[in-house]
Amino acid sequence: MTSVVATNQSILVVGGGIAGMTAALEAAETGKQVVLVEKNPYLGGRTVQLYRYFPKMCHPSCGLEINLRRLKANPRIQVLTMAEVTGISGAKGNYSVNVKLAPRFVNENCTACGECNRVATTEVADAFNYNLGKVKAAYLPSDMAYPQRYVIDPSVIGSAEADTIKAACKYGAIDLDMKEETVTLNAGAIVWATGWQPYDAEKITPYRYGEFKNVITNVEFERLADPHGPTGGKILRPSDGKEAKNIAFIQCAGSRDENHLRHCSRFCCMASLKQTKYVQEAWGDEGKSTIYYIDIRAIDRFEDFYQEVKANPNVCFVKSKVARISEDKNGDPRLWGVNTEGYIRYAEPHDLVVLAVGMEPSVKGVDIPAEVMSDSSGFLMADPVNAGIFGAGCATNALDVNRAVQSATAAALRAVQVVNKVARAEA
Amino acid sequence: MSDMNQQMTAKYKNNFLKEIEEQAEMGDWVKMCMQCGVCSGSCPTNFHPGWDHPPQEIFMLIRAGKRDEVLNSQSMWMCTSCYNCYVRCPRKIPITHIMHGIAEYAYRIGRAPKNQPTLHLSQTFWNNCTKNGRVNEVQLTQTLYFKDGIADGIKKAMAMQAAALGLVKAGRLNPMEALGGGHKCKDIKGIHAMLAKAKELEAKRKGRTA
Repeated sequence: MTSVVATNQSILVVGGGIAGMTAALEAAETGKQVVLVEKNPYLGGRTVQLYRYFPKMCHPSCGLEINLRRLKANPRIQVLTMAEVTGISGAKGNYSVNVKLAPRFVNENCTACGECNRVATTEVADAFNYNLGKVKAAYLPSDMAYPQRYVIDPSVIGSAEADTIKAACKYGAIDLDMKEETVTLNAGAIVWATGWQPYDAEKITPYRYGEFKNVITNVEFERLADPHGPTGGKILRPSDGKEAKNIAFIQCAGSRDENHLRHCSRFCCMASLKQTKYVQEAWGDEGKSTIYYIDIRAIDRFEDFYQEVKANPNVCFVKSKVARISEDKNGDPRLWGVNTEGYIRYAEPHDLVVLAVGMEPSVKGVDIPAEVMSDSSGFLMADPVNAGIFGAGCATNALDVNRAVQSATAAALRAVQVVNKVARAEA
Repeated sequence: MSDMNQQMTAKYKNNFLKEIEEQAEMGDWVKMCMQCGVCSGSCPTNFHPGWDHPPQEIFMLIRAGKRDEVLNSQSMWMCTSCYNCYVRCPRKIPITHIMHGIAEYAYRIGRAPKNQPTLHLSQTFWNNCTKNGRVNEVQLTQTLYFKDGIADGIKKAMAMQAAALGLVKAGRLNPMEALGGGHKCKDIKGIHAMLAKAKELEAKRKGRTA
């Protein structure tokens, strides 16, 4: 059984992405007890699935490493991975929370030596790479994964392969009898940082995502460009592995649309501008990017970044929301629409189309197992009815990493104030 | 220039957007357009030479007060009512309905283009169906086929011969209706009174003399 030490002076952080990690660290570094609950087998969330950050084009692994050092050095944080909050009861200052823990089948003896991976034969979808590739059923989610501990996919449990995997482990780290369990823990305040998920592009029917292999999303493109990704960092298109040198980016794919997401997702303009730099980096002057946009929203200091990309002769901007995509015989996706600057009709083929899909909350307000206020897109709002539950990061709004971290620090401060009050009352 | 046109020009002076908002059906949606261009790109008449202004351009022209350019345009009349624009519009603007609303308004104030085939069809259909409260199919097709002269009419009729015979056999078309009369609704006077009242109410709502 997993044991968790938590009292009504503890802070529970739900979600171990960049916002959740930040909130947990900020609270713990003021001396509070923190329990950090994460659904995935690793921390870092969507941030670690990025190749580079805007605007400085540095690698997320760098920022993550700093946070992991802080985390490892802090005895006040307990991390629960593969864990989901299923119920919240009680009131501000005294919550009781049910957490469901999925079995990892690997215990803390794991040294990440990789022997289990070498003997495993079954392949499963690689969720870390947005299912662009496959991994073996005994896998480390990513090179940077924390905890550095392998995971056994439940699909092989009970098979002869599972026994082979267990036999390969020299450290007795594999426990095939692990069961799902539920723990109940106390908390004085809760930081809800469950983050975002990319909008389901298949719902934007004229773009034929899921049907045309060379129409992909911006999060998938991050994995294609990343040297740790399924193509080893080569920008190759999924249908035939051809080098994708003429790439179209379609902005507002799902965002600012009454039929899909009502809000502007804010980060997608910058993400596409950033991704044109991947194209430039990969192919030099042979790489051509075309951004189809309604209007570019590079807010405040990002304007410089936009101007810099705009000055690149290999990047072309077309002011138009693309009407539909068709596919040529050679697999090229062809974009149809009207350039509203001059009302010029186009039917333009590209090697690869990247849909700049927007953000939606991964847990919508109505699905949070507590009484909370959320907006029409499902983002958690700041409201007195939330009592001791505070939203952080992309659970509250469509934010970039920088703003998610700011939001998390604010949530941590509010949570700290609640548990301070509890401590004073009990003193 | 008709009286209606002069009346509206005097009423709205240079505010064409307001004129469309108040006078054209669904015209109050025009200001919601964010000029993304998805309607123009989705239009099946996109590559048609008769399609002078796509919907989003019409909306911009309205806002820019280009009254003559909009009212004289063929665009609204070329609309095939496929509803692609309406379905894809990220602001859920009822574009198809607005196009029809503007077309109807242009006709009402006597500014619709001359010899417009869609307008001719609409007028013929309206007169035919409001006369007896039921459509007289034979007379309707006759009027349309012989619009461009007898020779052309016979050619069109011959081409559609098989379809017509099929309809007659199935009891969907009565050739005797060519002689006049045809099927009617029970209360023709009632229908006419309703239409007159509807026209009066609409004129009142839009603040104009019928």
